[in-house]
Amino acid sequence: MSIMGTRVVRTEDPVFLSRGATYTDDLTDERLNGALHLTLVRSPLAHARITAVDVEAAREAPGVVAVFTGADVDLAPALLFAGANPGMVRPWLATDKVRFVGEPVAAVLTEQVYQGQDAADLVEVDYDPLPAVVDPRAALADEVLLFEEVGTNLAGGFGHDKEFDEHLFDDCDVVVTRDIVNQRLAASPLETRAAAAVWGDDGRVTLWASTQNPQSARDEIAGWLGIDAALIHLIAPDVGGGFGAKIGADPEFALVVWLAKAVGRPVRWAETRSENLTGMLQGRAQLQTITIGGNRDGDVLAYRLDILADAGAYPRLGVFLPFFTRQMAPGVYDIPKVESRARTVVTTTTSTGAYRGAGRPEATAAIERAMDLFAAEIGKDPAEVRKRNVVPPDAFPFETKGGAVYDSGEYAKAIDRVLEGAGYAELRAEQAARRERGDVVQLGIGVSAYVEITGGGAFSEDASVEVHADGTVTVLTGTSPHGQGHATAWSMLASEHLGIPIEKITVKHGDTDLIPRGSGTMGSRSLQTGGVAVHQAAGELVELAKRRAADVLEASVDDLEVAEGAVTVKGTDTSVTLAQLAEKEQLKVDTVFDSGAPTFPFGAHVAVVEVDIESGKAVVDRIVTLDDAGPIVNPLLAEGQRHGGIAQGISQALLEEVVYDSEGNPLTATFADYAFPSAAELPSFTLLDMATPTNLNPLGAKGIGEAGTIGATPAVQSAVIDAVSYLGVRHIDMPTSPLRVWEAINAARVESGAGSDSSEGAQQ
Amino acid sequence: MIPVAFSYARPDSVDGALALLAEHGEDATILAGGHSLLPVMKLRLGAPEVVIDIGRLPELRYIRVQGDEVAIGAGTRHRDLEASDVLGSDVPLLAAVARTVGDPQVRHRGTIGGSLAHADPASDLPAAVLALDATIVLRSPRGERQVPATGFYTGMFSSVKEPDELIVEIRVPRTGSAGWAYEKFTRRANDWAIVGVAVVDGRVGLVNMGASPLRASATEAALADGASIDEAAALADQGTDPQTDVSATAEYRRHLARLLTRRALTTAAG
Ligand SMILES: Cc1cc2nc3c(=O)[nH]c(=O)nc-3n(C[C@H](O)[C@H](O)[C@H](O)COP(=O)(O)OP(=O)(O)OC[C@H]3O[C@@H](n4cnc5c(N)ncnc54)[C@H](O)[C@@H]3O)c2cc1C
Repeated sequence: MSIMGTRVVRTEDPVFLSRGATYTDDLTDERLNGALHLTLVRSPLAHARITAVDVEAAREAPGVVAVFTGADVDLAPALLFAGANPGMVRPWLATDKVRFVGEPVAAVLTEQVYQGQDAADLVEVDYDPLPAVVDPRAALADEVLLFEEVGTNLAGGFGHDKEFDEHLFDDCDVVVTRDIVNQRLAASPLETRAAAAVWGDDGRVTLWASTQNPQSARDEIAGWLGIDAALIHLIAPDVGGGFGAKIGADPEFALVVWLAKAVGRPVRWAETRSENLTGMLQGRAQLQTITIGGNRDGDVLAYRLDILADAGAYPRLGVFLPFFTRQMAPGVYDIPKVESRARTVVTTTTSTGAYRGAGRPEATAAIERAMDLFAAEIGKDPAEVRKRNVVPPDAFPFETKGGAVYDSGEYAKAIDRVLEGAGYAELRAEQAARRERGDVVQLGIGVSAYVEITGGGAFSEDASVEVHADGTVTVLTGTSPHGQGHATAWSMLASEHLGIPIEKITVKHGDTDLIPRGSGTMGSRSLQTGGVAVHQAAGELVELAKRRAADVLEASVDDLEVAEGAVTVKGTDTSVTLAQLAEKEQLKVDTVFDSGAPTFPFGAHVAVVEVDIESGKAVVDRIVTLDDAGPIVNPLLAEGQRHGGIAQGISQALLEEVVYDSEGNPLTATFADYAFPSAAELPSFTLLDMATPTNLNPLGAKGIGEAGTIGATPAVQSAVIDAVSYLGVRHIDMPTSPLRVWEAINAARVESGAGSDSSEGAQQ
Repeated sequence: MIPVAFSYARPDSVDGALALLAEHGEDATILAGGHSLLPVMKLRLGAPEVVIDIGRLPELRYIRVQGDEVAIGAGTRHRDLEASDVLGSDVPLLAAVARTVGDPQVRHRGTIGGSLAHADPASDLPAAVLALDATIVLRSPRGERQVPATGFYTGMFSSVKEPDELIVEIRVPRTGSAGWAYEKFTRRANDWAIVGVAVVDGRVGLVNMGASPLRASATEAALADGASIDEAAALADQGTDPQTDVSATAEYRRHLARLLTRRALTTAAG
């Protein structure tokens, strides 16, 4: 029986659940003996000139070995993302200016970790405050500049040098436009950022770091430090979640390497949660203007998306992500005319980067909001309007007006399946009954349909499979799992070909000396690139084994088959085991799989929420999702990815938001204020399955890691708005907090002349 | 997340704790459950030189009937309140309010004395104790005094408790079958209240509606005058001064106070 598609329990879990994982800060590697601990002095102001830094008192503090300021670091400030405005470079420690709360200003190295904060508190920095710029619209005005010498806050853009087509909506009977917010989120992995570095006598540095892609982190750090990448041995130990915010290297990692060299001792760094909530890359952060037009029958004829993205203080990957948002702008719909542009500005806030979905959820949220607004305007059912406009199944491969080529899809079917799974007609009847009765708790139903890009950017991946003489197998992969379960899935893929049980298969990753090439784990790419590479390597190993066995068994290759770890002459019991072959000569295959293009998984979600219209509080009652990522290797792992994604998607719609005040102070720098979800805020999820393969890889597999997030967010937001739409509410920005819902209801009542706050007596 | 260095003492009696408090004065702080104090210290918002741990003193951990009142030792954990049969029958409001505090870990560490002493207007128990017309018993080397809960709070994180005083007991009138309800409004299950309203026997305590926990006096007066629940609840935010923060505006908090008071009074009227 094939192991493929079965619910194999994660081989990673026994260690995680018993002894516990070994994260960077847990390392006891003897090379780190005697390591100094780095504590960073961080700016309390969002925007200020530094007039003086006095580290004398800190140098005298107990346990202090060295204190560095920006003046001591002989490295040129770096442009952290190559595509950004080249003048927007970040110093390793701030020198003349700080540009966000949390920017490192001085580095304190102490013998013991607990001595660090005491010494850091003694560093005196004189600041001359400058006005903050928090709102990207204000940044666009270029009145307050983060980089005066650059002369603009514009960090990058796509399609922004062209005028919009003033005739785009000429054929439309109905045009709706709206400014909406895709709010800033904090990735909040349970393991915060950490790094440890030691230079060897051979002139190479070993760096342990919590990252999603060690190989590119190695290259980035080498570039920043101006050294040869071959001098860096980067190891990612267990990584406790990343969600996109651990893609590549952070400047702190390079600083750790530089400091270890400067003091000639190993250096370790692990940030606190408060530092994480201001220092780690944050996600989303787009202001969007959506305009949609069509006819009263429900045909959408034109769509425009105007994006203003917030890069934070120093441009990172966030500058690039609107590219994906533009590419996915039309979503699952075949819209005759689509145009978009994106501008990204710097603000005096934490830098932005990828967060689960990274550019695609922003596209889906926008087009799905637009579809709802359009349906409401023409008075038609939002699910029907969606189905009317989707790309039909016979149109694939389908080149969209966003410039993407969708590989395969069954969009209308996905919508039908979730509507049926949720009991859509009954839900609408229940909603009508509650409205009729004037219930305090109203029902809202939200439908979303989505398509996204997985494996975008890095299409190829390395793998090697080796069978050893003792019958065990080692798989090397260039992916870098941090919770996804690759050890389990990659073992299954190898086992399927070799017939060797997964207990005998070890999957190794995350060590750049062992695996010099690899693109890591992000963008839901791993199975369709790295997993397929393992599948391919194992298949090639079978062929290699057959060729070798042909000699040993004196048989023709065509007469041989591989099963249960042995090569057998078909129809006989003449065989040689793979282990025996390995004894004679190394039995190993290195391979590269290149898909050449990304895939486009899709799905549909129905969210059902209850909204207390007196208090404004929304609670998700049910969510029914269909997430089609092609054939599934292990449903347990795929469902786990969907669950996590849905949870984060619901959370964006209802709870989470990074907030700064007008002075640029972060107001959500602890988990008491940043509304990270718990199980108590989430319902059980109903997952429906469908598997439409892609022809871009032999497994037919697409990515599943981000799907839940992309589908759930607009479904839940839409459901909250739907619950109060009968009161005249058309839109509520995310998170749809009780306050926002209550304000929206009040505003709608004022507009309809009903007066506000009618739930009880007048205010005094 | 590492506090400033401090010295730690764990006396084996209340008298021992009082003696240490007297000795170190303002430099010392009492540690009970630590669930308010330790975050303050780890974020370096506070840096006591001496920490006096009373968290393991059995003499402060009890719930017993004393005439018309239930006497509760200051070191009693939220979890003890929640699970107490005595409170369940004689002061059900207090057990129910304790059940809404944080999560199980928090409730197994946090104490009623610590919660009242910390004087955070967003805490649940102070408003309940106010609505219950409880008495707070303070002890110092100078002796013992009893302060009505209604006269205990003086402002944000401040009370009439002197630095050398320890809360040793809370005396709560037995409300028995009198109508009660607690409405705690949060975004997430384990959050602090955006607004909370505790009602018992026609008295109303408000959480997070000003610098300190307070009573909705206008509502109580209206009820006493025979006003309807709707009329009385509409006055719940009178005399309050709520904050605007990330989760609510002052105006929204006023709305919630009125709404939750109406709901709590309705439930209490049962
Ligand atoms: C994650 C989390 C969630 C929480 N959620 C809630 C919530 O929803 N609602 C809520 O009300 N609370 C909540 N809390 C606070 C919790 O209830 C605290 O335990 C409580 O506020 C303080 O009690 P404690 O025993 O821990 O006091 P400690 O933290 O030990 O002390 C607090 C203060 O009181 C002083 N003190 C303590 N005991 C005495 C005494 N007997 N006499 C004089 N002074 C004393 C201390 O010196 C200190 O200044 C939460 C806490 C955490 C960590």
